Amino acid sequence: MILVFCELKEGLLRKPSAEALSEGRRLADASGKRLGALFAGASCAGAAEAAKYGADVILTAEAPTLASYSSDAYAAVLADAVKAKGATVLLAAATAVGKDVAPRAAARLGAGYASDVTGLSMVDGKLQAVRPVYAGKAFATTTFATAVQVATTRPNVFPAAEKSGAGAVESLPAPSGDFKSVVKEILAKASGKVDLSEANIIVSGGRGMKDGANFKILEELADAIGGVVGASRAAVDAGWGLPHSMQVGQTGKVVSPTLYIACGISGAIQHIAGMSGSKFIVAINKDSEAPIFKLASYGIVGDLFEVVPELTKAAKAMGIGQA
Amino acid sequence: MKILVALKQVPDTETRIKVAADGRSLDPADVKWIISPYDEFALEEAIRIKEGKGAEVIALSVGGDSVKDVLKNALALGADSAVLLRGDGQSDAFAVAQMIAAFAKDKGFDLILCGNKGLGGDNAAMGPMLAELLGVPQAGVIVKLDLGDGTFRAEREIEGGSEIVEGSLPAVITAQKGLNEPRYASLKGIMAAKKKTIEEIEAAPATAGVQITSLTLPPERPAGRKMEGDPAAQASSLLQALKDEAKVF
Ligand SMILES: Cc1cc2nc3c(=O)[nH]c(=O)nc-3n(C[C@H](O)[C@H](O)[C@H](O)COP(=O)(O)OP(=O)(O)OC[C@H]3O[C@@H](n4cnc5c(N)ncnc54)[C@H](O)[C@@H]3O)c2cc1C
Ligand SMILES: Nc1ncnc2c1ncn2[C@@H]1O[C@H](COP(=O)(O)O)[C@@H](O)[C@H]1O
Repeated sequence: MILVFCELKEGLLRKPSAEALSEGRRLADASGKRLGALFAGASCAGAAEAAKYGADVILTAEAPTLASYSSDAYAAVLADAVKAKGATVLLAAATAVGKDVAPRAAARLGAGYASDVTGLSMVDGKLQAVRPVYAGKAFATTTFATAVQVATTRPNVFPAAEKSGAGAVESLPAPSGDFKSVVKEILAKASGKVDLSEANIIVSGGRGMKDGANFKILEELADAIGGVVGASRAAVDAGWGLPHSMQVGQTGKVVSPTLYIACGISGAIQHIAGMSGSKFIVAINKDSEAPIFKLASYGIVGDLFEVVPELTKAAKAMGIGQA
Repeated sequence: MKILVALKQVPDTETRIKVAADGRSLDPADVKWIISPYDEFALEEAIRIKEGKGAEVIALSVGGDSVKDVLKNALALGADSAVLLRGDGQSDAFAVAQMIAAFAKDKGFDLILCGNKGLGGDNAAMGPMLAELLGVPQAGVIVKLDLGDGTFRAEREIEGGSEIVEGSLPAVITAQKGLNEPRYASLKGIMAAKKKTIEEIEAAPATAGVQITSLTLPPERPAGRKMEGDPAAQASSLLQALKDEAKVF
């Protein structure tokens, strides 16, 4: 069996989990295996949605101790499920929780782990992963030396394709043991927007924005085209009041949107490390020699303070983002 | 309080990546090695705890002779002692976790600080794996850390915000940018470090989890197109292209 650890948010399957499930379905079909979706929480109401993405079975571990995320308790749930089902492949989305729990579960299973992968295949019944390394300057094909194989899938890379599965629900016993850490509270930022790592369209600003207040024009463009706003490290570190969570790059978020619009960003390697996986890149920069243009599918040489408002205006006129 | 800081040596990001003749590893010829930036936050945090409430700080790196630079720097910054675990510190986070776990097991560390990820390999895996092997709690991607009496309270970055994790010590904590501002070594520190020795230990044998079977360079991105005209014209032709060619909208 291929097992995919899934996350629910307010009772709905998270998009990165749907993507991981779809990829799990594809791998299961390719290797004649069954697909299991695994959920953990105080309640797993909403887990049935996994059937839409091809889950043959839906496993739910429900217990009061799983109400908040705990790396040790959740790792035990994942490892127990793998053992109970004799699964050979365990996948999770490379989200904050996925990246925290999957390597721990792998160690518990004595299994190899490939993180944040952008490609998966089954070769002779074993998982093979492709992952970007060295700031996206190379791709490493990774194979596993262990019977159980664990990987996390990078959000926004694998398409979430609907394909119905039987989705028989089966509940698992709560993990036993003395767990030593737990999430006590969530300090959410006010904005209800999707996180950069899951965004389909990102409008990013760099040092060329000159001031934090000027990010308003990026917000307006992002709102018009259905995107979220990111920033370069130079902008985040400039003391303009931008949170680190906005930073894209090697020491910030690694993003893979369909569209990345870089405004007043030169294209330093550390920035590129975070966004080179974007499908389409637009660069808006007044310096026609800026390295970002080497990466850009479309470029505008010009003053961002003139171009960005025009883009917002044109997007509204064309009715983009209204659909 | 006894703190272990795990430091990974990684290729400098500016390094031009060339694939070695074996087709699966990095050609070491022009590589400049640096300490992974996240590990600098881990080390700085350890030194601040030492300055605040007192602690013994032990810096450790798995690797060969080259990692001595990393360890010397850690000594200059304020680590009390340094350990070089001789072994392959690059290929597989699971193997490294086993080596560090075998070393740390009976040493009574209250806290193990790691970076959130080793730059380049970007596994972000060693810390959680080590925590599991040692049977202790973990908190990852941490931007704020408070220690109580046998407990920790840490703020970790998540999508769209952060969350507070609490747990008991000993624990493994992995550092994210924002945890602190790492200092530079002082001349006094550098001189003092010269008198300290690096303990060298053969790493315990470890079983491999994964291996890289091929390393390839990404395909060149096709040449982009520049938009012509005044800003209004540039803007509308860009949106048109994104709509009709790229089909983004
Ligand atoms: C260890 C390490 C980690 C790092 N991690 C990251 C990271 O995660 N993310 C990151 O982004 N950086 C990172 N950096 C920093 C990186 O090296 C660059 O310094 C940074 O990306 C530069 O940001 P920038 O492009 O906004 O600024 P600059 O390089 O200063 O570029 C500003 C650009 O704006 C253009 N411009 C100015 N005014 C206008 C205008 N009116 N209209 C249009 N264009 C204009 C200029 O032509 C220029 O190209 C890291 C560096 C190190 C050493
Ligand atoms: N060879 C090593 N020696 C010491 N610490 C390491 C080594 N490899 C990884 N680490 C630690 O584990 C963290 C995560 O590394 P990684 O899982 O490789 O991304 C690093 O930031 C280091 O703190």
